[in-house]
Amino acid sequence: MATSDSAASVPAGRPAERGVIDLDRRTVYSGLLFGAGIAASMIDLFIFHLALHWHHFYDRSTTEVALTADGFFHAFGWFITIWGLFLLADVRRRTEVAWRRWAAAVVTGVGLLQLLDGVVDHKVLRIHQIRYDVDLLPYDVAWIGSAVLLVLVGLLLLRRARPPSSS
Amino acid sequence: MNHQHGAGPWPLLETGVVLALLVAASGYAAALRAARDRSPWPVHRTALWFAGLVCAGAAMLGPVAEAARASFTAHMLGHVLLGMLAPLLLVLGAPVTLALRALPADRARTLTGLLRHPVVRIVTRPAVAATLNAGGLWLLYTTDLYHQMHGSALVHAGVHAHVFLAGYVFTASILSVDPDPHRAPLTVRAAVLVTFIAVHSVLAKWLYAHPPEGVELADAEAGAQLMYYAGDVVDVTLIVLLLAGWYTAARPRDAALVGPRAAA
Repeated sequence: MATSDSAASVPAGRPAERGVIDLDRRTVYSGLLFGAGIAASMIDLFIFHLALHWHHFYDRSTTEVALTADGFFHAFGWFITIWGLFLLADVRRRTEVAWRRWAAAVVTGVGLLQLLDGVVDHKVLRIHQIRYDVDLLPYDVAWIGSAVLLVLVGLLLLRRARPPSSS
Repeated sequence: MNHQHGAGPWPLLETGVVLALLVAASGYAAALRAARDRSPWPVHRTALWFAGLVCAGAAMLGPVAEAARASFTAHMLGHVLLGMLAPLLLVLGAPVTLALRALPADRARTLTGLLRHPVVRIVTRPAVAATLNAGGLWLLYTTDLYHQMHGSALVHAGVHAHVFLAGYVFTASILSVDPDPHRAPLTVRAAVLVTFIAVHSVLAKWLYAHPPEGVELADAEAGAQLMYYAGDVVDVTLIVLLLAGWYTAARPRDAALVGPRAAA
């Protein structure tokens, strides 16, 4: 787990004293996890499988390594989506949620995961392709390019939504 | 496929299932009665327990079980009911908690002693429970066990008992609803759950392309997708319940509890 537990009243040796939760950091983590999670678990399912029918349940050319990687990708996708939402609920019960900061983190998370998917899954592991029986280059450029754009926009929004106190 | 179910051990198997369900139902009811002068028992726990028994019964008796003899897809529906959904509902029924309320102190101590038994301790470790659960599935679908199961009532009973018990112990080890002397840390339970979901989805996709012996390709494809998506529904529920446990445990210490939610 990335964040220290709240209930720890034992002072640790780290400079950041335990027992105090950095709520801004938790807001950002929540957005990143949720954004990456929906990109992994839902965007793929709803857009590419159900709406466009570009993806197949299993394309039969997948290697076993890629199939295993895909299984973990799928499991993590669901886990971080829900984890991100529970972190958001936790921030919300402790303080006012900085929604612009959270939304910027969501955009960044979607972009980061899309980048990972576009580079690692499609090109390195070749788990699946965006579409079959077409020239892939324009699709790959569009997918990876839009991922980079999302990350940049997300980081810019994160900067603009920084809390006044933090450096 | 073997359709000789008119005589021999098959009716005996169904009788055994009915008896087990009756024992589970009447045992829970008797415990409720015995503990009626204690603090009130949440109604939803009782409802979940009996819903779990209905799911297990639906998988083993009646139309789904009948269809599962010929259809892989129906078999998979039965498997999701028996190995995933019924265990989840039954675990949420908190039978051990109820038994501890109902039993006199010395008997309750015997029960907690049983929970501390080294064998129970090992089997209820999340990683071990997940391995028993997923490993049983791999054996069933990647060897000729699936084929044998349809020809022998004994193998059939063994496979289904394993699917159900492994599903129950795995779910219990992840959610930890009942008292557990060796509860694993949340990070361990989360890691094991994610790994299990990954393995389950890999197996479903593997089956899509490599049907067990004697299963038609179209039937395998439908069954595999059912395993994948229905499995997802139960697995996502498990993730939500696991993290809800974290959410409850990590509540601000100085804040009053909002609403009458006791720790699940």
